[in-house]
Amino acid sequence: MKNKNTIEISNLNVWVDNQYILKNVNLDIPEHQITVLLGPSGCGKTTLLKSMNRLTDLYKELKVTGEICIDGDDILKSKRNIYEIRQKMGLLSQKPYPLPVSIYKNIAYGIKLKGIKDRKLLDYNVEKRLKEVGLWDEVKDRLHSSPDTLSIGQQQRLCLARGLAVKPRLILADEPTSALDPLSSKIIEDLFKKLKEHYSIVVVTHILRQAKRLADNVVFMHYGEIVEQGAPDQLFTNPQSPELKKYLVDGN
Amino acid sequence: MKFRVLQNISNSWMIVSLCIILLIPFIIGVVLYSKSIPVFEITSIDQLLFSSTWKPTQGLFGFLPFILSSLYVTLISFVLSAPLCVLAAIYLTQFASKRLVLIMYPVIDILAGIPSVIYGMWGILIVVPFVGETLAPLFNLNSSGYSILSGGIVLAVMCIPYVLNMLMESFKTVPMGLVEASLSLGASKWESIKHAVLKKCRTGIISAFGLGLAKAFGETLAVMMVVGNVVQISGNPFDAGYPLPALIANNYGEMLSIPLYDSALMLASFILLVVVLLINLFFRYLICKTQRK
Ligand SMILES: Nc1ncnc2c1ncn2[C@@H]1O[C@H](COP(=O)(O)OP(=O)(O)OP(=O)(O)O)[C@@H](O)[C@H]1O
Ligand SMILES: [Mg+2]
Repeated sequence: MKNKNTIEISNLNVWVDNQYILKNVNLDIPEHQITVLLGPSGCGKTTLLKSMNRLTDLYKELKVTGEICIDGDDILKSKRNIYEIRQKMGLLSQKPYPLPVSIYKNIAYGIKLKGIKDRKLLDYNVEKRLKEVGLWDEVKDRLHSSPDTLSIGQQQRLCLARGLAVKPRLILADEPTSALDPLSSKIIEDLFKKLKEHYSIVVVTHILRQAKRLADNVVFMHYGEIVEQGAPDQLFTNPQSPELKKYLVDGN
Repeated sequence: MKFRVLQNISNSWMIVSLCIILLIPFIIGVVLYSKSIPVFEITSIDQLLFSSTWKPTQGLFGFLPFILSSLYVTLISFVLSAPLCVLAAIYLTQFASKRLVLIMYPVIDILAGIPSVIYGMWGILIVVPFVGETLAPLFNLNSSGYSILSGGIVLAVMCIPYVLNMLMESFKTVPMGLVEASLSLGASKWESIKHAVLKKCRTGIISAFGLGLAKAFGETLAVMMVVGNVVQISGNPFDAGYPLPALIANNYGEMLSIPLYDSALMLASFILLVVVLLINLFFRYLICKTQRK
C-alpha cells in the first residue's frame, strides 16, 4: 500500500545573498512514519525544518521559493492564516525553551490561542498531553510552578507535550536529544515510536545509531541538496553516493 | 612563598576597595545627617517633612512642597518615557533591520552623553515655549511654560537613553528559540513578544525602570532650568514647582547668612539620598519577588 504524504515539498530553494542554503529540494514526508534527516553540520537541515513551519519568515534576509504542500495547500503562497498552518506542526528544538509561565500554562498556551478558554477542557487537555509524554506523574503536584525547576529532559518532554496540545499533524524535531542524557534521550525516542501512530514525525539527528533505531525513512543531505533518500536498511548497508559513504564511515 | 604573599596582598586590596565602595554612601549619609541635626533640634521631623511653610528667615522649614515637586516631576517623566522606551526597545530588538540597530546604538550613546545643561537649554528654548504657548491654551490655562510639566518632559528625554539601553540589553538575552517556540504554537509575533519576551524580561524591565526613576529623582540642573522654582503645592502640572535638588543647588553658598539654612539644606540632601535609596530598595524587592515566581 502506498502511504499518504503529510507534506510534499517540491523545488524548494532557500538562499541568502546569492548563496544557496537549500537547493532544489524535493521531499515527501509520509504519514505515520518517522523521517530522519541526516547530514553534516551546516547542510541546511534546520533551515529545511524551519521552512516547513514558515519560521523562515523571521529572518528577513532569507529568500524562499518553491512549494511546500500540506493538505494540498501550498503554505509558502497560502493566503490562509499562517497561525493555523503553524499549529499543524509541533516544533521541538535542540534545547527546550519552556515559556516563562507555569507548567500548566505552557501546555494551555497553544490551546488558548485557538480561543478555547473553558477551564475544564483546558484541565483535561493538560492532563492528557502530560500523560501522553509520560510527565504527568512527575509534575502533577506542581502544575502551577515554573518549568525552570524541571530537569532538561523533563523540560524537553514538556515542550513536546505543549506542541502536541495544538493537535498537530506533524512533529518537527531538530536534534531533540542532543542536550539530553542517555536515559532522557531513550524516553524521547520511545515516545516518538509511540507517537508515530498518530502523527508524522521528522527528526534531525547527528547520532547514526539513533537514526537506525528510529527511522522508517532516511533523507541524507549535503550542502543544501538531498543526495540520497530511502529505507534505512538499504541506505545504511548499501549507500550509493560517495558523500553518504564518507559520512557513514566518519560517523561510526 | 612569594606567590602566597602576593596573593595575600591582592586579596586584602580587593577587600579594602570593596570596603571603600561600601563605605562611601554610608559616610555621605552619616555626614549629611549629622550636619542636619541643628535643624532637628528646633523643629520636629513631622513638621520638617509634612509642613508646607517655607520661611527660612523665621526659622520655619517645611520640605513638603519640595518633596512633592520632586515626586511629581519624576512621575511625569516616568509616565512619558516608560511606554516609549518599552515600545522602542521592542521595535529595535525584534523588528528593526540590523542596519537601523547599528545606527541607533551610537545615537543612544550620544543622547546619554549630552551634558545636562544642554538638555536644560533645549528645554528653555523648545519645551518651555511649547508648554506655555501651545499646550496650556489647549486646556484653557495660563502658564509661563516654566512648570512641572516642562521639567517632566526634559527629564523624560534625559532618561530615555539609559532606560532604553537597559531594556534593549535585557530583550536581547531572550533566545530566538523561545520566540520560535511561541510562534510555532500558533501565536502571532505580538502575542509572542507579550507572552515570551516581555514575561521573560520582567526583572530586566523592572530594574531599568528603577534606575530611570532614581536618576530622574536626583537630576538637578536641567530640571532647575525649566521648572520655575516657586515654592508651592499644586496639582496642576502647568504650575511651577521647586524640586529638592534645585533647592540645594540654587541656595547653597548664597543664603548661608540665615541661621540654620545650611543645616536645612543638608537635611534636604539627606532626604534626597534616602528617597533614592528607598526607590532602589523598592525595586530590588520587586525584582526578588518576580524572580521567585
Ligand atoms: N538567517 C541566516 N542568515 C544567513 N545564513 C544562514 C541563516 N540561517 C542559516 N544560514 C546558513 O545556512 C546554512 C545551513 O544552516 P542550518 O542551520 O540549516 O544547518 P544545519 O544542517 O541545521 O546544521 P547543524 O547540524 O549544525 O545544526 C549554514 O551555513 C548557515 O550559516
Ligand atoms: Mg541545525
